[in-house]
Amino acid sequence: MSAPGGTGSDLVRGGTSLSFRFILICIVSLALMFLDHRESHLTTIRQAFSVVVYPIQLAVDLPIRGWRWTQMALAERAELLAENEALKLEKLDAGVRLQRLDALEAENRRLRAMLDSSARVADRVLVAEILAVDLDPYRQRFTINRGLGDGVYVGQALLDADGIVGQIMRVEPLTSEAVLISDADHALPVAINRNGLRTIIVGTGDTVRLRMPYLPNSADVEMGDLVISSGLGGVFPSGYPVGYVSEIERLPGQGFAEIYVEPAAKLDRAREVLLVWTADAEVTSNRAEDSTNLAEAR
Amino acid sequence: MTDAGMSWRLPILTLILALALTAAPLPPAVAPFRPDWVPLILIFWSLLAPERFGLLTAFWMGLLLDTLSGSLLGQHALALVVVIYLTIKFHLRIRVFPIWQLSMTVVLLLALYEFVLFWVDGVAGRTVPLTERWAPLVSSALVWPLIIAYLDRYRHDAQVRV
Repeated sequence: MSAPGGTGSDLVRGGTSLSFRFILICIVSLALMFLDHRESHLTTIRQAFSVVVYPIQLAVDLPIRGWRWTQMALAERAELLAENEALKLEKLDAGVRLQRLDALEAENRRLRAMLDSSARVADRVLVAEILAVDLDPYRQRFTINRGLGDGVYVGQALLDADGIVGQIMRVEPLTSEAVLISDADHALPVAINRNGLRTIIVGTGDTVRLRMPYLPNSADVEMGDLVISSGLGGVFPSGYPVGYVSEIERLPGQGFAEIYVEPAAKLDRAREVLLVWTADAEVTSNRAEDSTNLAEAR
Repeated sequence: MTDAGMSWRLPILTLILALALTAAPLPPAVAPFRPDWVPLILIFWSLLAPERFGLLTAFWMGLLLDTLSGSLLGQHALALVVVIYLTIKFHLRIRVFPIWQLSMTVVLLLALYEFVLFWVDGVAGRTVPLTERWAPLVSSALVWPLIIAYLDRYRHDAQVRV
């Protein structure tokens, strides 16, 4: 905060000093912005501020957390029983799939070994909670409660139970800032699961619609096609669902088709997300930063 | 000594509250209409006691706001400093305005604030939809008289102590 004495005497002396200080602070702000825009020159300053701001974020999150807790505590017994039943069925179903998956994974590894190619598989996951904090309303960003201490790194992929959510933009000591795949500045390399057609999916700024702008009119895409991450670019692990094709518009006069995809993950409703460490995360953490910059610069 | 402590407590409390309100989650439909709490509160206090809540306060609040909202470090700081500079420069004139004229002035200041933010976004090459950029002005104009009404009772108090 400003020292009361200094400001007071300046005001008494006249307006020139105020204007001078104004220009000085403006220059400092501009310099800060310039350095920050050139990436990572100011991480220490930002981290210091983020620790100051953390209690505010927690305080804002508290009422919502409390409300959810009360809701849970007051839930009807019958409701809980029904939910339990449904979850048991789901677990059974998932278990059966998992049995098959183990065999498939072994087979896949064998085949890949024969082809001499290494697959990027998700190795370790950590559940992170989204702090109920609104960032800039014009961008699709959010804060999670894991930071440097948990080994989070820039470019790390975030998933939820249904698909890819986004990636880490910035890591602070206690929290991290992530960007949703629906952010207008975000691009993600994907493939159509049915035929392996590769393309890039970009956000629209709307959490229920993603765009695939680079597919020609003749591309083999059908409504409802599952779109998965292709793993190209080295940020996201391959083979995770991104969304389903929800809208195809082929305009005869245009070179490219207008294709929209509905995200598989619940981008606007998720509370918990999974941080994924891929098997070769150490190697990619450097590369990831570059691809993040690329996606930003696009 | 105790008097000084008393008159510092409320401004700091309201500034922290303003930061919290800026970060509090709102349903997506109303989120664009979130008032610009921090500049509103800062304008109020710097009108009241420009000797205390000057450019440096605005600068630090701006940096906190930048961290909180994940924008470029210095973006909100610059916008706040511009607004507070004008407020302090003309505080003697603004202070005696009738309430509606005061509100208009505040809306103009906030328009400048939004413009600086928008301009920096543009220069930095960040994609920002323009459509909802002016929504906070409407809600801020509605909130401003409430702030005046609620905090005005401390106004007399503070002026005595300054």
